[in-house]
Amino acid sequence: MFWIHLDRVMGYWPVLLKGIGMTLALSVLSLLIGVVIGFAFGILRAGPNRALSRVVGLYIDFFRGTPFLVQVFIAYFVLPAVGIELSAFAAGVVALSNAAACFIGEIVASGIQAVPPGQSEAAAATGMSRAQALRLVVLPQAVRIITPSLVGQFVLLIKDSSVVSAIGLLDLTRSGWMIVQSVPNGLLVFAIVGIGYFIICYPLIWLSRRMEGRSQAPIL
Amino acid sequence: MLGSLNTRVMLEYLPEIWEGFLATLLLSAAGFAGAMVLGVIACALSIQPLRWLRWPAVAYVDAVRATPLLAQLYFLYFGLPRLGIVLPEMLIGVIALSLNSGAYVAEIIRSGILSIQRGQVEAAMSSGMSYLQRMRLVILPQALRPTVSPLIGQAIVLVKDSSLLSLISVVELTRAGQRIAIDRFMPIEGLVATALAYLVLYYLLKLAAAGWSSRNSLPGRG
Repeated sequence: MFWIHLDRVMGYWPVLLKGIGMTLALSVLSLLIGVVIGFAFGILRAGPNRALSRVVGLYIDFFRGTPFLVQVFIAYFVLPAVGIELSAFAAGVVALSNAAACFIGEIVASGIQAVPPGQSEAAAATGMSRAQALRLVVLPQAVRIITPSLVGQFVLLIKDSSVVSAIGLLDLTRSGWMIVQSVPNGLLVFAIVGIGYFIICYPLIWLSRRMEGRSQAPIL
Repeated sequence: MLGSLNTRVMLEYLPEIWEGFLATLLLSAAGFAGAMVLGVIACALSIQPLRWLRWPAVAYVDAVRATPLLAQLYFLYFGLPRLGIVLPEMLIGVIALSLNSGAYVAEIIRSGILSIQRGQVEAAMSSGMSYLQRMRLVILPQALRPTVSPLIGQAIVLVKDSSLLSLISVVELTRAGQRIAIDRFMPIEGLVATALAYLVLYYLLKLAAAGWSSRNSLPGRG
């Protein structure tokens, strides 16, 4: 029975492959957008402008405090009401990259704050402008501190992309859900789906752990 | 946009939202209790010296961390009946939440224990303490203190994750919000009410974490 089921699941390999492709497309695209916006958030959040920092903080808190599933529904149902029609894929990317930007923003802000203030003071003393100090002195050190958490965040992003299947996108999880409708063996189907995610995520988890071990060395 | 929100309908559905809120609270509490039990067991197995007891714990933690909760949830939801185990959706949801968070709890406690300096263990050994005595009297009191904030962080994640149970038709907060969407064709009102209710839980837990760490942090240690 197991072999018959395995054979039938393997007959669906194009669906699984499509699902993996969708999961990868969603995650990579959202990561790129999320990193750009997330760095902007982080710089504003750790910046000298109090009001701006608070506004960004509240925005980040809103999305860190609500479930991602609710955010996906917001992107899919609420944005059209304010005149932004999105396809399911676009809504998924918007929700994912927004969530990623919020988490990355918080990580970047804490990274900037972890750089000793003497560094930016020294930069100011050598006549650098604030932007120069940020770009040439503070950010390079902050990036080194936060790289392991950023890699960890990417793993979370890949896993979160499974939630987007709730608005009908055919990602890896959804492809499993479709296959299980005709091959009644949930253990087998979702074990295969799980292996798919494991192959994508585990190298990143391993990398993040390795880098965490290394960055314990003194940073200055 | 917020001006056009139909607050009357939101208030009308307040009882449903409140029930969903309580259900989410209950599911999360049950899930977290299970996660603590699993996490402590997995952590204990992964730091003890016997290799053949260590690897199942490590495999469990890695398997959970590298796969999404939704896939784990479907694995149990579509898989358990196959093994002849028929459980109510709610229980399947709690089991999935516990299994998922348990792996993260194990990692949190493990990193707390591993942050203990070797000298502490050696001092305890040289004063003649057994393994269990060292654990109970020297390691755990120091190791558990820095785990409290990350554990509250994990509780926050768990509360938000519990929204996925709505996808296997467990009635909780997210599902309650969908009632407004389905009954009244007002998805926005439902989502806003749901989001606000989750934010209440989020800020409560965040306050708890901040309060705890401001009272209990040790100099030089988190």
